[in-house]
Amino acid sequence: MKTLLEARGIGKRFGGLQALADVSLTIREGEVYGLIGPNGAGKTTFFNVLTGAYTPDGGGFAFDGGELPTGKPHRVVARGIARTFQNIRLFRELTALENVMAGHHIRTRAGIWGILIQNRHTREEERETTERAYELLRYVGIERFADTVSRHLSYGDQRRLEIARALATEPRLLALDEPAAGMNATETGRLKALIEQIRGDGVTVLLIEHDVKLVMGLCDRVAVLDFGRKIAEDVPAVVQRDEAVIKAYLGGGKHAH
Amino acid sequence: MNELAAAVPWLGKRNPAAARWLILILAIAAPLIAWQFGRSWVRILDFALLYMMLALGLNLVVGFAGLLDLGYIAFYAVGAYTFAFLASPHFEVHLPFWLVLPLGAAFAALAGIMLGFPVLRLRGDYLAIVTLGFGEIVRIFMLNLNYPVNITNGPQGIGMIDPIVLFGWDLSQNLQITERFAINSLFLYYYAFLACVAGSILFIRRLQISRVGRAWAAMREDELAAKAIGINTRNLKLLAFALGATFGGVAGCLFGAFQGFVSPESFSLMESIAVLTMVVFGGMGNIAGAVIGAFVLALLPEILRHIAVPLQQAVFGHVLLDPEVLRMLLLSLAMILMMLLRPTGLIPARARYAHPENLHRSSQP
Repeated sequence: MKTLLEARGIGKRFGGLQALADVSLTIREGEVYGLIGPNGAGKTTFFNVLTGAYTPDGGGFAFDGGELPTGKPHRVVARGIARTFQNIRLFRELTALENVMAGHHIRTRAGIWGILIQNRHTREEERETTERAYELLRYVGIERFADTVSRHLSYGDQRRLEIARALATEPRLLALDEPAAGMNATETGRLKALIEQIRGDGVTVLLIEHDVKLVMGLCDRVAVLDFGRKIAEDVPAVVQRDEAVIKAYLGGGKHAH
Repeated sequence: MNELAAAVPWLGKRNPAAARWLILILAIAAPLIAWQFGRSWVRILDFALLYMMLALGLNLVVGFAGLLDLGYIAFYAVGAYTFAFLASPHFEVHLPFWLVLPLGAAFAALAGIMLGFPVLRLRGDYLAIVTLGFGEIVRIFMLNLNYPVNITNGPQGIGMIDPIVLFGWDLSQNLQITERFAINSLFLYYYAFLACVAGSILFIRRLQISRVGRAWAAMREDELAAKAIGINTRNLKLLAFALGATFGGVAGCLFGAFQGFVSPESFSLMESIAVLTMVVFGGMGNIAGAVIGAFVLALLPEILRHIAVPLQQAVFGHVLLDPEVLRMLLLSLAMILMMLLRPTGLIPARARYAHPENLHRSSQP
């Protein structure tokens, strides 16, 4: 399989804390790739560096056959990487539909002049954006809430909406930061089905998750971070039996908690 | 227009089409009604329209993009002074209105970008303080740039500014229809300004339901998430500052030409705050709110002035409270009441960011 994303020696330091140290990993096209590790292991930091929210101290990313710009979120999105957040970050006062439409911004072109005179291109683009947003809401199963202000949605639906908004940017790689956090078993099951559907439609998924059952059942390959270092990378069944991984999760050894 | 119509009490919900006509008729008939109370009232209406333009422009920056701007009147000043420089005896330059207006708008937009760049990373209180400083800097420049080279004529201001002349038609002259019937200049200005306000509303409405309006709303709601969906927040902030300033600049040009005189004291901090009050009073982030907020708050003090003095004389025999004092008192009272009773503004309608024609009807609220 083709490599979609290659991280090479990513390092990030916050003051005295080495949040990421020489992290390298490769994600192949079409797989669901899990990133796990104890709290504070650097998973979210890795996400933030990848998506341009932070600039790495060292290393870089190759994505889809080219170098990925660092520290420029909008250019990363333009290249085809979208993300969701650990703590849901929707545009609270906007409706579900408008949230998804906003996500389409980077794929549209209308300028001030076109908007002022409402030329055909602008009107056409606007209609497509709306239609596409409805489609995505249907895709994640919340079309009936299209006109609901997003902060009024239930927790699980807000998570789904965030995924729909990320998909609206037309990503090649979708990075999900703990999408199952706070969900009950039924909701998690539906989420799993959704992620499988997304993968089935040709979008590669990078998943940070604490729910071990979800990770083991969903991911093709898993990397484990501990204290900012990658300590394992393999198929779930192998990682599960890895000594270093068990130690990191259960404590003991040199990293006694 | 639809938002305005929906804001009409009682009728707005029941019969929006009728409400639209009502607004249109009122807008056209307003100066005729005002004329019955004296010509000064038509003049007050003209100023109310200028304030509407200012409120619409500031609403774009504060309400849409969520960037608190306490120095907005500086762009009004830039527009007014541009007009004064290029169409008055001050420099002996008399460029035509159609040339000066875009120049005034462009200079104001440039000033907006100049303000925008240094404040890109600032938010909330810090942004407010810097914009407040910017407004004062512009005013103090106007006040002091009369020495060693006289540019702005300092506190005396610039007078004898050319009136608006459209295709050889001078708006400052009464329009003689027949021997005995003439349309007063104040009416001509009223309808010219009304056209400008209508154009502004149309443009801003189109912006609101476009990709740009949604991106601003996204940025206002959550800047980090906006970046994460690929919105270039730097460019969009600059665009908001520049476009907002453009409306201020255009209003400033009109003000200069209408008044025939500009001086720094028209552009004090209190004016910035007055315009912001209009936006907040009407309901931040929606067009109808800005329009109605500006209308009410531009008229209220004048009405007070005309009622308070005779009323006090009738009741107490002499004037106890100066109308100016009373104005501040009642305005503050109104603001406090607003904060308590309607914290989201007079018209708290939720702004829409999608073209209604494209929406599916089936989806339930």
